[in-house]
Amino acid sequence: MMFNVIVILVLAIILLAAAVYAVAQKDLLYAVLATGVISLILSVFFFIMQAPDVALTEAAIGIALTTIIFIITIRNTSRREDEVPVEHEPDRVEKESKIIKQ
Amino acid sequence: MDLDNNLLMSIGVYGSAIGLILIGLYAVLIKKHLTKIVIGLSIIDAGIHLLFIAIGYISGGTAPIFSPAGEKIVANGGIMVDPVPQALVLTAIVIGFAVTAVALSLVIRLYRHHHTARIDQIKSLKW
Amino acid sequence: MKKLLVILLLAVVAYSLGTALMSVKFGENRLGNVQDEGTVSAFYLNNTPEKLSVANVVTAIVVNYRGFDTLGEVSVLFLAAMGLGSILYHRHKEGEEEEAILKPSSQLIQAGSKLIFPAILVLGAYVFIHGHLTPGGGFQGGAIIATGFLLMMMAYKDYKVSHKVLTWVESIAGVTFAGIGMWGLIVSQSFLENTLPIGALNNLFSGGIIPIIYIAVGFKVAAELTGVLDTLLNIKDKH
Repeated sequence: MMFNVIVILVLAIILLAAAVYAVAQKDLLYAVLATGVISLILSVFFFIMQAPDVALTEAAIGIALTTIIFIITIRNTSRREDEVPVEHEPDRVEKESKIIKQ
Repeated sequence: MDLDNNLLMSIGVYGSAIGLILIGLYAVLIKKHLTKIVIGLSIIDAGIHLLFIAIGYISGGTAPIFSPAGEKIVANGGIMVDPVPQALVLTAIVIGFAVTAVALSLVIRLYRHHHTARIDQIKSLKW
Repeated sequence: MKKLLVILLLAVVAYSLGTALMSVKFGENRLGNVQDEGTVSAFYLNNTPEKLSVANVVTAIVVNYRGFDTLGEVSVLFLAAMGLGSILYHRHKEGEEEEAILKPSSQLIQAGSKLIFPAILVLGAYVFIHGHLTPGGGFQGGAIIATGFLLMMMAYKDYKVSHKVLTWVESIAGVTFAGIGMWGLIVSQSFLENTLPIGALNNLFSGGIIPIIYIAVGFKVAAELTGVLDTLLNIKDKH
């Protein structure tokens, strides 16, 4: 009986530590991998609580597919959270308004 | 593995579910980068699913499948776990993935237009 | 100031959830006696092996007792795939140079993925065909097949999945699901009624319409998720 309690408490501590790391980390790639670890530990929890269908679904969808769509988004936007964008040329609207004001 | 009902066990399971919901809510409310906000939404989903399955668990129960082994367990007087929350969470996981996919496509589109993904730098909506 | 308000709000949420869960004991038996059928779960557990001859009770709930919700979920997935395709639509103008975001992978991945891809397809098909006997079903099998296609798309730079085939597979599978429902309406005045003969317990051909619906859902989810991943991986980047 003590063994069961120790296993549940260790898994819960790893789960909460991964969640805190995912929110606090500024490099977004590591945060996304921590979200994958949350799905993995959650799948083990579902199996321990006698729900094999839900464990299969969470393992198939949460670990592989969610991580890959997050990584594709990071590739198409910025990699770090505290990036400031460089100055780019002004948009079309600002150019036309400058011409009208003259 | 059989989880019986004592205080440490319920603090472990219920506490981790509530902790996930709170951490995800903090990320949605405070963070400024759009991808981090979508990560927070995904963490809230995970917390709610864990809470549902934890409520539906019965001590000493087995999985609700009537395979030859399951029939033998029921004939000997065993009990099965509640199957209704599992059906609800099955649907919820798939719909959570669909919502995350649409939200991330909106983030990509916004980045293409404004060249930034932080909500305090997107200026052209202010007059 | 904002951080203080947010922490106050989180404390209120934690307190209310904590006190609400204090009265729900972990692991308490709330079903009562299964033979008495006092609760909804007891009714489902009692009637599934006799009236439906299906071994997996969760499958029977998702497809038969709550089949209409599964039809709604399948349509939500379809809407999400359609919305994603239309948000990320990019009209190709002339004279812009674009590069794909995928680079070629190493020799090990290219050789290994060709070997393991048929095994993943067979595993996914096994999971959704035997959904009423073992843990599994349409959604799990569809996700496994989509992961197999993702492996091939990431290993080879110019692996193309034809969008026409994906569209046809998805449409036929969706029409099959709705068509079985309508047939139940015509034959016995109830949408998605179980009308085919139910066999013996733990046989492959048992359960009436349940395996047919789950096979259709498996094909539809696999085609949709593959289309979503194909759309996302082919975003051309202007650099």
